[in-house]
Amino acid sequence: MKQNKNLYNYIIGIADNSLILAQRLGELCGHGPTLETDIAGTNISLDLIGQARNYYQYAAKVQNEGKTEDDLAFLRLENQYRNVLLVEQPNEHFGYVMGRQYLFDVFHLMFLSEMLQSKDETLAAIAKKGIKEVSYHKRFSGDWIKRLGDGTEESNHNIQEAIDELWAYTDELFDQTEADKAMIAEGIGVDTSKLKEKYYEEVSILLKEATIEVPERKYFIKGGKKGVHSEHMGYILTEMQYMQRTYPNMEW
Amino acid sequence: MAITETATIDSHLIPVLEEVSDPEIPVLTVLDLGVIRKAVEENGVIKVRLTPTYSGCPAMDVISDDLKAAFKKLGKEVEVELVLSPAWSTDWISEEGLQKMEAYGIARPLSETADKDVLLGNAKKVTCTNCGSTNTHLVSQFGSTACKALFKCDNCQEPFDYFKCLK
Ligand SMILES: [Zn+2]
Repeated sequence: MKQNKNLYNYIIGIADNSLILAQRLGELCGHGPTLETDIAGTNISLDLIGQARNYYQYAAKVQNEGKTEDDLAFLRLENQYRNVLLVEQPNEHFGYVMGRQYLFDVFHLMFLSEMLQSKDETLAAIAKKGIKEVSYHKRFSGDWIKRLGDGTEESNHNIQEAIDELWAYTDELFDQTEADKAMIAEGIGVDTSKLKEKYYEEVSILLKEATIEVPERKYFIKGGKKGVHSEHMGYILTEMQYMQRTYPNMEW
Repeated sequence: MAITETATIDSHLIPVLEEVSDPEIPVLTVLDLGVIRKAVEENGVIKVRLTPTYSGCPAMDVISDDLKAAFKKLGKEVEVELVLSPAWSTDWISEEGLQKMEAYGIARPLSETADKDVLLGNAKKVTCTNCGSTNTHLVSQFGSTACKALFKCDNCQEPFDYFKCLK
């Protein structure tokens, strides 16, 4: 029973990262700077929603309270979401969109590559499916980081601004909750502490290549993994949950 | 028709499966696409295992409904189960499917290495589905659906889709 609760919380944490980032990207549908980037953003969003659905379906099964994937995605309260603060940061400008994406994609790909080894077969299968998609995401966002950093004075300024600000949220990616620790001990969860050094190394190499300065930061902002979100989260949920709350139990 | 070595399909169900197509690439049947991992009749119930191409592929719900409808016409009870493992690969698209796809205007997936090269814009290897030239360039890594990228031919100037390699 205790193990199930931990497994449920563990799955929810991963699922919420994908869902909230997908929602942020979805906001840009029809508003991308060019047709191609617009389509790319929504494609990435769709991949993430697909992955989130797989996690929520599994979480609902583990929870065993008769809830559906929709209940979990749309009807929880703000403090019940366990996504990292990074993914809920707003689309201030295109530099923020790509910066947020890249900083998450590098982590996401490393995370899924490790989850392939999970003793939990369902999580390993979702990872196997997701890895292929996320490698495309990282290729796309990494490409844009280079193009913006090494582009015009203005694009360099904007991407530098975004990276400087978003950097504050990167450390939380490696934080471990009680559920995380329990699942790592079981051989189910990914030991993110082992990824940290590799992560900053990979990101720094690309930033330097893009002529973006690697931020030096002593303190980091965190809380999402514990359910303590930034002011943005309420607005995201208001929009995302509107249909389910207005028309309970609606289905597509 | 061998889809892959691991798909188990009762031969008498094949004609029905051939009527169900991918809503986004209607020239391809679900068999061409390789998304049917199992289709067997057990005690009068037809059991189908379906695997998604991409995690968020919206076509899967439609395909699942279409499969149910196709078998119900025969008066059979049908259960469709969505499975993730083993993960779908573009290698599972049949040769016949690849040819239909090209005739429809979507270039077939290249090998994994060649795919990486063209998607990074480092090589001209994708063949234009309109004129057959390989003098083509990448317009966007993401096309009209998650599984495709957008290319343009520098010979005949036509834009076209390229089915990305997934392995
Ligand atoms: Zn051509």
